[in-house]
Amino acid sequence: MTSTFLPDKRAGSGTDLPPPPADPARGRARRRAVNWLTAVSFQVPALVLFIVLVLLPILFALYAAFFRWGGFGMPSDYVGTENFTRLFDDPVFLGDLWRCLLLVLLSLAVQLPFALAMAVLLNQRIRGRALYRMLFFAPYVLSEAITGVLFSMIFAPDDGLADQVLDNIGLGWVGGEWFSDPSTVMATLFLVMTWKYFGFHMMLYLAGLQSIPKELTEAALIDGASPWQRFRNVTLPLLAPTLRISVFLSVIGAIQLFDLVWVVTQGGPDHHSETMAVTMFQFGFKRYQVGYASAISVVMFGISLVFALAYQRFVLRRDLQGATTTMRGGGK
Amino acid sequence: MGDPALSRRGFLAASAAAGLGMTALSGCGGDSDGGSSGTTTVEWWNISTTQPTKDVWAALAKKFEAQNPKVKIKIVQLENDAYKSKMTALIASGKLPDIFHTWGGGVLRQQVDAGLVEDLTDRTKEWSEGLLPVAKEPYLIDDQVYGIPFDIGMVGFWYNKALFKKAGIDTPPTTWSGFLDAVRALKAKNITPIALAGKEAWTGMYYWAYLAMRTAGAEAVQKAADDKDFTAPEFVQAGRLLKELVDLQPFQKGFLGAAYSTPSGQAAAVGNGKAAMELMGQWAPVVQADAGKGLGDDLGFFPFPEVEGGKGAITEVFGGGGGHALRRGAPQAAVDFLKFFASETTDRELVKKTGVLPVVPAAEDALTDVNLKAVQTQLKASTGFQLYLDQAYAPALGQEVNESVAALIAGSKSPEQISESITKVAKEEQ
Repeated sequence: MTSTFLPDKRAGSGTDLPPPPADPARGRARRRAVNWLTAVSFQVPALVLFIVLVLLPILFALYAAFFRWGGFGMPSDYVGTENFTRLFDDPVFLGDLWRCLLLVLLSLAVQLPFALAMAVLLNQRIRGRALYRMLFFAPYVLSEAITGVLFSMIFAPDDGLADQVLDNIGLGWVGGEWFSDPSTVMATLFLVMTWKYFGFHMMLYLAGLQSIPKELTEAALIDGASPWQRFRNVTLPLLAPTLRISVFLSVIGAIQLFDLVWVVTQGGPDHHSETMAVTMFQFGFKRYQVGYASAISVVMFGISLVFALAYQRFVLRRDLQGATTTMRGGGK
Repeated sequence: MGDPALSRRGFLAASAAAGLGMTALSGCGGDSDGGSSGTTTVEWWNISTTQPTKDVWAALAKKFEAQNPKVKIKIVQLENDAYKSKMTALIASGKLPDIFHTWGGGVLRQQVDAGLVEDLTDRTKEWSEGLLPVAKEPYLIDDQVYGIPFDIGMVGFWYNKALFKKAGIDTPPTTWSGFLDAVRALKAKNITPIALAGKEAWTGMYYWAYLAMRTAGAEAVQKAADDKDFTAPEFVQAGRLLKELVDLQPFQKGFLGAAYSTPSGQAAAVGNGKAAMELMGQWAPVVQADAGKGLGDDLGFFPFPEVEGGKGAITEVFGGGGGHALRRGAPQAAVDFLKFFASETTDRELVKKTGVLPVVPAAEDALTDVNLKAVQTQLKASTGFQLYLDQAYAPALGQEVNESVAALIAGSKSPEQISESITKVAKEEQ
């Protein structure tokens, strides 16, 4: 690094200015080379870390996914695409995909609109709004493991806080077995996820709302727009970039969901709350079928990647304009 | 989820942390023998993180050091799950600690097959032959000794005598149909008959394993594992009998989501008198008292009942214990320590202070608890032994057994289906 860097430094040092280059084109080329070298030398440490800790593991997982491999030594038992065909034959994994979709849909249909409503509400001048904002955001700060332990106590059948409170206000029939019943486990899980994450999205929206100039809403008011019209035609369009980011985070989060589920149910009862990451963990670290677990992680990676790229390409395109440097734009 | 779009700086910090963790991990298997001053350091990895065991073991290590001035014992204590995952990393690196905890069975076999474990057959022969035979069983691999036990136990029913009395059950059942009658009698009195931790699949596996031992016999269970075939009618029958029990709805409310040792879990349900019994190992009384109130004198023990017409006897036991194995090439001092640890004096102390069952027959009189004595009597009279299935089998098969039985209990798989799925995984493994 230093050996490539030093000559450039000497060339560019201000103490004894080199005579102006006779050929301006050659000077530009040289300056460009110097810039390029500087950029590279600054990139190298990060690049090495990225390659060693991200790129190589991903490539290795991709490689291991084609082997039957117990995790000891190097993979040697090549099985072709068997791991993948087995994956898409496995009712548990197909269930994982369905549950992932379910969580994404529920997040988009319930959690985010709820967060938006709260954000709009707390953007008004109401008493103690700072306190509410803090309270609603607080769950997001809590670690997932602690959230999991907390809610498995709250939703313990009969003895838990939830069932006790419901019993005492005469709503005992609402309660039940929560996480313990295959038919209610996903709903309960989603409830906890909403509790934990709506505050985060609410904060995003609040920040977005506050960047909307007041003049616009005032102008709409003067034009006689109803509250709904002001929201629909002024607030919402201006909030759209924030919404798009929030949707993106929410979907990626649902695809990778692990900690909360692992702490609360370990995917149970009877796989009814299992996610892709939980299945991967079960096979990789409980059964030591690392090849198969790699196949699961590859599929997860693929889904995330395709979604992320497609979303950036088609949805975030406008928001990202100018933010990303392309070869064409950055070469100036 | 946490923060899916980690900033680059956050990511770098995280990966740096991961990198450090990795270095720390690889630093653990450090060299132990040798040393300039002529002292040998022996690294001893165990999972005794709870009191009083932690202190008792540390004191024993000190005592050994005093007796062997040239030996230093370095204790590394890890919590159960942390230990298992660290061992996985160490096995991949090919270097194990001098002395390490083992449960024997399939996991130990994997380590032996990888050439990482010392064969102790000849080096311990003179003193290990006197140990309780059933205790040594899990560490015998192809008739060679690869581990020395310090604890042995078995699974059986721990029941609440007061609740049994309330339901009019005078003597604990000895047959499966008698057992089902007892469950019905308890239900009739509105008592939850059985506590089960459905979230932790191993608790349900005990039922199927024991039923298979009663219908097919311990030898046949062993043979099924060797032949990788669990489709014999006896195994399907074991599933059917379990299904019969499940159909009586004997478990506590919400058992599918219950854990074992949490305040609302299986052990607490029995310990607080909310459920009449649980099928559990010799540690059950300790956990019941820890997670719940504990039953004191109301607690009783009875062996898993016989199945009428089954090939197995009520004297065949299902269980396991704890032991120590040595890495291949461990120094002589490590063998000496095992000898010290399995001596009568040490075992007596372990039995008295840490509540384990004696592995040295001469230390038996140190056992005072009535229930543990009952367990000990069963163990000594055992005519057959089967290690916990999830320890005895390779991890993939052990987990499959656990999960299949859990699915049977949850009602999503039939007895035939679980025999098939277990056989399928057994055949896939090598």
